[in-house]
Amino acid sequence: MDIMNLEKVFQSKIDDEIKIEPKDWMPDTYRKTLIRQISQHAHSEIVGMLPEGNWITRAPSLRRKVALLAKIQDEAGHGLYLYSAAETLGISREQLLEELHTGKAKYSSIFNYPALSWADMGSVGWLVDGAAIMNQVMLCRTSYGPYSRAMVRICKEESFHHRQGFEILLTLSQGTEAQKKMAQESINRWWKPALMMFGPPDDQSSNTEMSMKWKIKRETNDELRQRFVDVAVEQVKFLNMTLPDIHWNEERGHYDFGKLDWDHFWQVVKGNGPCNKQRLDARKKAHEDGAWVREAAMAYAEKEKLSLENQSKSA
Amino acid sequence: MNLYHYIVRLADNSHILGHRLAEWCGHGPFLEQDMAMTNIALDLIGQARSLYNLAAEVQNEGKTEDDIAFLRYEYEYQNFLLVEQPNGDFANTIVRQYFFSAYQLPYYKTLYENLQNKNDHHLTELRGILEKAIKEINYHLRWSGEWMIRLGNGTEESHQRMVNAVQNLYKYTGELFIADETDDTSLQSGFGVLLPEVKKDFDKSLFYIMERSGLTIPENETMQTGGKQGVHSEYLGYILAEMQYMQRAYPNSKW
Repeated sequence: MDIMNLEKVFQSKIDDEIKIEPKDWMPDTYRKTLIRQISQHAHSEIVGMLPEGNWITRAPSLRRKVALLAKIQDEAGHGLYLYSAAETLGISREQLLEELHTGKAKYSSIFNYPALSWADMGSVGWLVDGAAIMNQVMLCRTSYGPYSRAMVRICKEESFHHRQGFEILLTLSQGTEAQKKMAQESINRWWKPALMMFGPPDDQSSNTEMSMKWKIKRETNDELRQRFVDVAVEQVKFLNMTLPDIHWNEERGHYDFGKLDWDHFWQVVKGNGPCNKQRLDARKKAHEDGAWVREAAMAYAEKEKLSLENQSKSA
Repeated sequence: MNLYHYIVRLADNSHILGHRLAEWCGHGPFLEQDMAMTNIALDLIGQARSLYNLAAEVQNEGKTEDDIAFLRYEYEYQNFLLVEQPNGDFANTIVRQYFFSAYQLPYYKTLYENLQNKNDHHLTELRGILEKAIKEINYHLRWSGEWMIRLGNGTEESHQRMVNAVQNLYKYTGELFIADETDDTSLQSGFGVLLPEVKKDFDKSLFYIMERSGLTIPENETMQTGGKQGVHSEYLGYILAEMQYMQRAYPNSKW
């Protein structure tokens, strides 16, 4: 079959909602787009462990500490499924990590912001995981089979994290004045960065069009962002707190959320956010410090294999 | 009051080691082991929670698990020096874990046996906590034992790091087996554990794993003691400074 026909078959599968599987033919750009997107997602899970990890040793109660640890462990698990999904497209985990460490691959910019108070564990769950879920629910129906299946599993856990985050804030909102203040300050700080997680406005997003055609993405950045805002405005009322810069727009039938600082967003993407260097350095250090462990494990496995072979030869 | 101290000591050991392991979260040598260490941290902190809860019940002063876990002074923590030692490299963490689990398993098993047919409500509850913990500790011992063997035999570097870790930590194993008043009165109350018996099991596990790892047990080591009596290494103060920060900075708050 020539290329034209292969592409036709591929697109008709997509149009008929038939999942693309690892061994199916796929256009090179589809493969590349997916590797970029899945690896970016996997890296986000792994780097995302760091801001929350920052609060494990200071969690205010044992119950919260255990929940936080379990949550971060879930993120490590998500990273694992996603690296495995990316590997089905013909790239190794080692290569993927190399791309993260050299800065070639990106991760969600939101993790380049600092986690400064305990309330941030609530805001990260409610706003950051909440925004991520909007994207991820859509990805459960994405056209690539292994990615879509990984996302189904991930979404279940993410929505648990989302509720857990909200519940941290709810507890603070019913607490002392100092706790309420801590919660509001944290919400104010995370709100706009969370809105920018949906990516640049549609008219400035270079990847949206093709990703929609291939059903890798199924809704645009702006559509998802607006839905998130409208939901959050209702939720924040339960906390007796406010979201900055929110106004009802009668004409649109939606809430306006003010101006987002896209220049700053691009600065953070380019590596100039408050914690970019710190996050990447922490990942690189863990990887480099662990090199001897990985080498030793491989050397030992190799020795074991040899001795098993020798045993079976002499038997 | 003795039962309270007895239980709190068990809890402190699990709590502080769980705290140390949790420091690895997000920084492990690779994802699978990052998750394994977090698992063990979760087990240990889970044990500590059940035990602190029980201790609060025994004490009967209306305190919560968090009051006991977070609001004591340094000298009131009774954990071993071993468990508060810094993580160091992965080899150090493995050896610390193996030493502790090889002690904790026979200790908990013996205590579990000795608590059979006790009619006391608190002791029955303690037995239930141990039953769950023993399953967990079996895994901790297997996990750390497998890594002892892997790293001891892996590469020259990993072997050397294991030698250093054993050298570094063996001196903290002595106090695990030195009985004090709390141990003695628990024996008199008819449920305690004979530490020389636990030591036999510990030595057996250690001998077996060290041989398979190509490592040797240091001889004539001067043992460091004090943790059980609340005389700690300098490290504990920093652990508590972080751990207690929120509870101290925002007193009387619900989280």
